[in-house]
Amino acid sequence: MARISRDEVARIAALARITLREEELGDLAGQIDVILDAVAVVQEAAGADVPAMSHPLEITNVTRPDVIVPSLTPDEALSGAPASEESRFRVPQILGEEA
Amino acid sequence: MALTYEEVVAKYEPSLGLEVHVELNTQTKMFCGCATEFGAAPNTQTCPVCLGMPGALPVVNEKAIESTIRIGLALNCAITPKSRFARKNYFYPDMPKNFQISQYDEPICTNGYLDVEVETDEGSKTFRIEIERVHMEEDTGKSLHVGGATGRIHGAEYSLLDYNRAGIPLVEIVTKVVSGTGKYAPEVAKAYVKELRDILRSLGVSDVKMEQGSLRCDANVSLAPIGSGKLGTRSETKNVNSLRSVERAVRGEMIRHAGLLDKGERVIQETRHFQEDTGATRSGRSKEQAEDYRYFPEPDLTPVAPDAPWIEQLRSDLPEKPSVRRARLQEQWQVPDKEMAAMVNAGAVDLVEETVALGADPTKARGWWLGEISRLANEAEVELNAAGISPKDVARIVELIGAGELTDKLARQVVASVIAGEGDPDSVIAIKGIKVVSDESSLIAAIEKAIAAQPETAEKVRNGHLPAAGALIGAVMKETKGQADAARVRELLLGLLGQA
Amino acid sequence: MSDLIKKSASELAALIARKEVSSREVTQAHLDQISQTDSLIHAFLHVDSEGALTQAEMADKNQNSTKSPLHGVPLALKDVLAQKGIPTTCGSKILEGWRPPYDATVVTKLKDAGVVILGKTNMDEFAMGSSTENSAYGPTRNPWDTDRIPGGSGGGSAAALAAFQAPLAIGTDTGGSIRQPAAVTGTVGVKPTYGGVSRYGLVAFSSSLDQAGPCARTVLDTALLHQVIAGHDPKDATSINAPVPDVVAAAQRADVTGMKIGVVKELSGEGYEKGVAERFAESLAILESQGAEIIEVSCPNFTFALGAYYLIAPSEASSNLARFDAMRYGLRIGDDGTKSAEEVMSLTRDAGFGDEVKRRIILGTYALSAGYYDAFYGSAQKVRTLITRDFAAAYSKVDVLVSPTTPTVAFKIGEKSNDPVAMYLSDVATIPVNLAGVASMSLPAGLSDGLPVGFQIIAPAMKDDRLYLVGGALERELSAKWNGPLTHQIPDLVLR
Repeated sequence: MARISRDEVARIAALARITLREEELGDLAGQIDVILDAVAVVQEAAGADVPAMSHPLEITNVTRPDVIVPSLTPDEALSGAPASEESRFRVPQILGEEA
Repeated sequence: MALTYEEVVAKYEPSLGLEVHVELNTQTKMFCGCATEFGAAPNTQTCPVCLGMPGALPVVNEKAIESTIRIGLALNCAITPKSRFARKNYFYPDMPKNFQISQYDEPICTNGYLDVEVETDEGSKTFRIEIERVHMEEDTGKSLHVGGATGRIHGAEYSLLDYNRAGIPLVEIVTKVVSGTGKYAPEVAKAYVKELRDILRSLGVSDVKMEQGSLRCDANVSLAPIGSGKLGTRSETKNVNSLRSVERAVRGEMIRHAGLLDKGERVIQETRHFQEDTGATRSGRSKEQAEDYRYFPEPDLTPVAPDAPWIEQLRSDLPEKPSVRRARLQEQWQVPDKEMAAMVNAGAVDLVEETVALGADPTKARGWWLGEISRLANEAEVELNAAGISPKDVARIVELIGAGELTDKLARQVVASVIAGEGDPDSVIAIKGIKVVSDESSLIAAIEKAIAAQPETAEKVRNGHLPAAGALIGAVMKETKGQADAARVRELLLGLLGQA
Repeated sequence: MSDLIKKSASELAALIARKEVSSREVTQAHLDQISQTDSLIHAFLHVDSEGALTQAEMADKNQNSTKSPLHGVPLALKDVLAQKGIPTTCGSKILEGWRPPYDATVVTKLKDAGVVILGKTNMDEFAMGSSTENSAYGPTRNPWDTDRIPGGSGGGSAAALAAFQAPLAIGTDTGGSIRQPAAVTGTVGVKPTYGGVSRYGLVAFSSSLDQAGPCARTVLDTALLHQVIAGHDPKDATSINAPVPDVVAAAQRADVTGMKIGVVKELSGEGYEKGVAERFAESLAILESQGAEIIEVSCPNFTFALGAYYLIAPSEASSNLARFDAMRYGLRIGDDGTKSAEEVMSLTRDAGFGDEVKRRIILGTYALSAGYYDAFYGSAQKVRTLITRDFAAAYSKVDVLVSPTTPTVAFKIGEKSNDPVAMYLSDVATIPVNLAGVASMSLPAGLSDGLPVGFQIIAPAMKDDRLYLVGGALERELSAKWNGPLTHQIPDLVLR
């Protein structure tokens, strides 16, 4: 039984801002399905009492002092920009609202 | 026909949720050493980290942690022994990494409260606003929308991004659902934001200038029929840029919700934008489908585990709470509750305190700030502290009145001139030649002149018809260019006409 | 002076220090080797001849300035590390032509040590892969057999070493991307303890697993490079604030007397080629003869490692790669004035990312999404705890763990590229290491049917020196047998 459908892949792709072509959708769904089967074993592995580990290191409280460090110049900051105008990054019309 | 507010609160009970974002005034950004100065030229305060360049890594600003803990302590919160940062994933051009480093299920402060006072029909009432959490996150860049009619996002051809603001530390303060405010919901909301602002200012952690964006408020409002015991669907209103707007936005949303509910329609769960000019809200993004932010613990940062002695040190170093300070001042100045509340409402407490500190008598200082200056400030639709006159000016004016160099009436002229930007009190007095005419002989001369010019009126006064004196006093004031002490003129006039 | 290219880094450094040869000559010799062989091997994406020669001349001028044991020695840098002003593509079209305005900390340390950076090496796109076939710029070929893969994701760095294009290289390892290429190319590669080397400037794939590490043809060279690049970095909050273990002294001592060496039961058996198993057994025998005690240990939760890795890494990657959105740098497609920012983002990402990257982004986005987090990402993070406990239990009995680095020798180009899961199995022995954050080395154990086999050593966190003790001892014996490093047995490259 397929774990993930074509539609689901399309929905996830939209969430990830990748426009998949039709051919890609079908292939991807199949491949991801196979991978999900392979990784499903993980769900059974650990009981509820096992804590999650998001980090190999146990360190805490790494911070930096509130001291100014030289910034990039605008030219450096914009050096890779596909488009720019008056020291700002120029981007196409934004449809969505600011969060 | 739209419902009136009274009709709305007769049928429905509001519930509130307030989210306030505070921009901290640290020297540097949350996760990098770029400066945070307001108004710098575009993209002059950026680096690989806050631009989200490939390979860049965040490191937390220790001052931001300290400020956040102090805010939490001032709000009576518990400080989480070990809190973590989390990634909030969504795409938007003003967010360089397309995720925001924030906190999710392990925020640094939880479960606090803030008591606010609001004037009700039954007198001053205290509402306790419970605080769910206080957490740290980073601000986004700023976009300029070009090509559209209004500079707003709709209809713009393209946008220009400035990332100077990206990464500036933000503290988010979220209340629990606020119920039981009844018809006072708008006032409670405003009082909460105001009190919060005052606390943040007293802590010195932020400029808290709503008009500059260093204090932002999102108001969540829902209505339910009175006594239903349920919670209605809520809407979130953003772009609330002043205290007044908080009140108006809450009131406006209550009316709008009620209008829909009355017609049997559904309130849509959505984000709305407050319109300053109309006081209404405009629909924004639909929140029907909750955004899937795919939160997970931020792997590039370590947990924050502040040690207990440090927290206690911060707690003991907290400045006097604004409410405690107000109580102390009320006691010192011997001010009745209602008047104190009026002062708080008008934002006059700090100003009066400063004026008193400069030597003015508290009652007189209050009288000026709550009287003439308030009147002029309201006319100009500005806050008291932006009226254009300082505590130093007011203290000086009170001093001059006390020394007999100004009458109340003349002082009002001076106040108006100072507010108009003509200079400080002494300069205004010098330039305009304002002077109390205290020389009795010239007063008597002017009075005799007036009597001579209006013999019938003078006769009336002699005959006991005192109100008629007004016209004669008026003439004397005109003659002395308003610089006579009207009370003294009256005294002398009546004396001369045998009515002393 | 073509025998310059056959020398080790420490030999070259000594010659340069004694002024018997200049850094310029050494650098030029390697640049020549690159020009002669790279049209076939394709290890490099960008060769910075001018820059390298300038650095070499500086090194010659300022001989005593760095006090570094690698002063003036050339190196190949995996293209996932930011080098200021030099194209950094991460093997992807989405960063084609991008020149970072800053240096990774590793690069700064290399420059400060007088090391000469020859250029950027090929890799699987954004470090996702085990064969370098996922590079958007074409595969790299294994110098041992140019029809075969050089491993991945750091195939370019490993191939450059094996083809004598550089005596030193930097790779990065998230699930085996340094060690597996080292194994299939007969070179040495180390993944330091997580946090041992700064990740600032290392384009992130999976943040809690990524580590940059040293690669070379000998254990000593690797140790010298390890010493240069390791150390605390205040710009990386996950970097370890402690002195670097003395890896060079350990490589020089290379003594396993009295050491307890654990053979991981779960990292052997079915799936491991006969030749691989045989070379492994021979290496164990050598270590035993040198005074080590060989003990079998079981790490039962290792069987879940692959599954956990293929949930955690794509999840973190899906978030790390979100920044490639055509707005601030890199590729932009579809900006013709009619499309929105959102559309341009999506079109660019579809065109700019290869299939494997897209696959992992979708997988990761799915694993993190509402309703699936607990079952996938959440569960995988718990498995990490179990694996860490297995390591801890094992290390209570032994000083290091060992296994074959990979189950097979280098496979043919194209053999596994249509079967992602088969490809993922190449990493079955290396992945547990990254999940726990411990340190690991792969060094050559010999040949099987003419192709190199790797021997993997795994040390507890912060005990990287043990890798070099064991690796050095094994290498000493094997090199004596081979009369030099294994790579000297490479058949001459048939240049097309």
